[in-house]
Amino acid sequence: MSASWLLRRLALILYTVFIVSVLVFGITQALPADAAVTLLGENATAEALNAIRERLGLGDPIWWQYLRWVGHAATGDFGLSMRTGQPVGPEMLTALGRSLLLAVAAILVMLVIAVPLGMVAAVRQGKLADMATGLISYLGVSFPEFVTATLLAMLLADTLQWLPATGYVSPLEDFGGAVRHLALPVLTASLILVAHVARMVRSETLDVLHSDYIRAARLKGLPERTVLVRHALRNALLPVVTIVALDVGYLLGGIIVIEEIFAIPGIGRQLMVAVTARDLPSIQAGALIMSATYAVANTLADVAYAVLDKRIRYD
Amino acid sequence: MTDLLRRLMRTPQGAIGLILLAVLAAACLFGPWLAPHDPEKMDFLGRFRPLGAQNWFGADQFGRDVLSRLLVGARSTLPMALAATLLGTVAGAVVGTASAYLGGRWDEAIMRTIDAVMAVPGLLLALLLVSTLGNGAGNAMIAIAVTFAPGMARVTRAVALTVRGQDYVKSATVRGERASWIIFREMLPNVMAPVVIEATIRVSFAVMLFATLSFLGLGAQPPASEWGLMVAEARQYVHQAPWILIAPSLAIAMTAIAFNLLGDGLRDAMNPRDER
Repeated sequence: MSASWLLRRLALILYTVFIVSVLVFGITQALPADAAVTLLGENATAEALNAIRERLGLGDPIWWQYLRWVGHAATGDFGLSMRTGQPVGPEMLTALGRSLLLAVAAILVMLVIAVPLGMVAAVRQGKLADMATGLISYLGVSFPEFVTATLLAMLLADTLQWLPATGYVSPLEDFGGAVRHLALPVLTASLILVAHVARMVRSETLDVLHSDYIRAARLKGLPERTVLVRHALRNALLPVVTIVALDVGYLLGGIIVIEEIFAIPGIGRQLMVAVTARDLPSIQAGALIMSATYAVANTLADVAYAVLDKRIRYD
Repeated sequence: MTDLLRRLMRTPQGAIGLILLAVLAAACLFGPWLAPHDPEKMDFLGRFRPLGAQNWFGADQFGRDVLSRLLVGARSTLPMALAATLLGTVAGAVVGTASAYLGGRWDEAIMRTIDAVMAVPGLLLALLLVSTLGNGAGNAMIAIAVTFAPGMARVTRAVALTVRGQDYVKSATVRGERASWIIFREMLPNVMAPVVIEATIRVSFAVMLFATLSFLGLGAQPPASEWGLMVAEARQYVHQAPWILIAPSLAIAMTAIAFNLLGDGLRDAMNPRDER
């Protein structure tokens, strides 16, 4: 991994954020809502409306409005929420923290389930365990998050009463409560990921198991366990890093629905509230922060891949 | 074509997928005639009636027959998902092929921009677009098409790059054909096979995305019996009548499974050598 490669990846993140910012700004500008009317209500006088248009700079050329918005956004200032009147930036970042907690927990749970599942399926190819994994993968990718979430909530919260159906508790205040409240959302979020990753681990492990160096290891007379854990696992897991990074995109999209259903005040729910209320600054901030998070996650995955796999040289 | 169909039927995924699709197609084409009851007819004595002879899948909070609503609702879900995929695929295929044909800096610029657009999570992009265009089934369809286009462009470009080096494209260039002729008449027809496989699997995403948008209140609007909307409306009655939640959930999942199976079956049928 050379410095110039890292620099190019960094440039790509910046370009990504630039395109996304143009996209988000363009879309929100096209929203059929007059910011001044949204702020003051339908009954505001023409003078009041003009005054606030003046203050917000709504009469300026569009590119100037864009530059001003980007300039402020770069310093974390996304303006004031039209709904609450509070600064949007800090609110969104707090919400992002809660969402990341949910996302990281979901990825960890997913890895604990998906990696063994995929490996077992590969080792016992064509047997019952393999078919079961295949079935789980199929079902996992065929249920949208809102269906999984509603069905799980019905089963575990309403019928069995094991877990609370909605709400969020900060883990700093009440760790046990936080775990109980996060259990259902994390389970929902990890299910779809398990489906993807288990399939990937299975196919990668199969590739590795058919390679010459595994045959060599077996012919040397190493116990099967050592062959699997020491030789196969490492190489099979490498591509998983990439797929997990791609899945962060699914996860961020899924989080919008999951947070909405389980009433978690994360960035997804904030965004839904903003969309419903046509709160422009909040929509812009939420969309930009989410996309930037995804771009950074992808780059981190590429770097991790290069660090883990010494054979790969980026230059 | 018949050969492909025969090979498709020989793979277990393809066979099951086709059977499920036949059921769904029947619901789309003949739903209103197959429905045992009027899907809008309310019956206040029959509210939350459980599964039984009168209502096979039970009745909902207004006493409407769930099975009839599902059958009629197939029309507000499936054609939308298919149209969105088709639109997104065509747009993506044209951009991807053009990018591969132009090559060089143009290709680089187009692909990096597509990478950037794909950095916006799909649901988020669809959400932003729908909130601009306004809520409704048609706008949700357009939003999903736009969301799909970059991914399809990327897939198509990869295939088109190999086509570009073929002799018939070179000879067309030497003949002095216009770029649009080469892109549309020489290259596009030859990149379609892998693109069709990819698009088939995308339909299942489109079904889920469309249902999700409706669930969030941005897609189909009440009193439509769109399946995602049915799930959203059933959530508050889960204590009284879990079946009004479970039935549309399973319908969505079944549709997604059908297209996933068909896509996998097509892949196997088109590349018989790949065992996995």
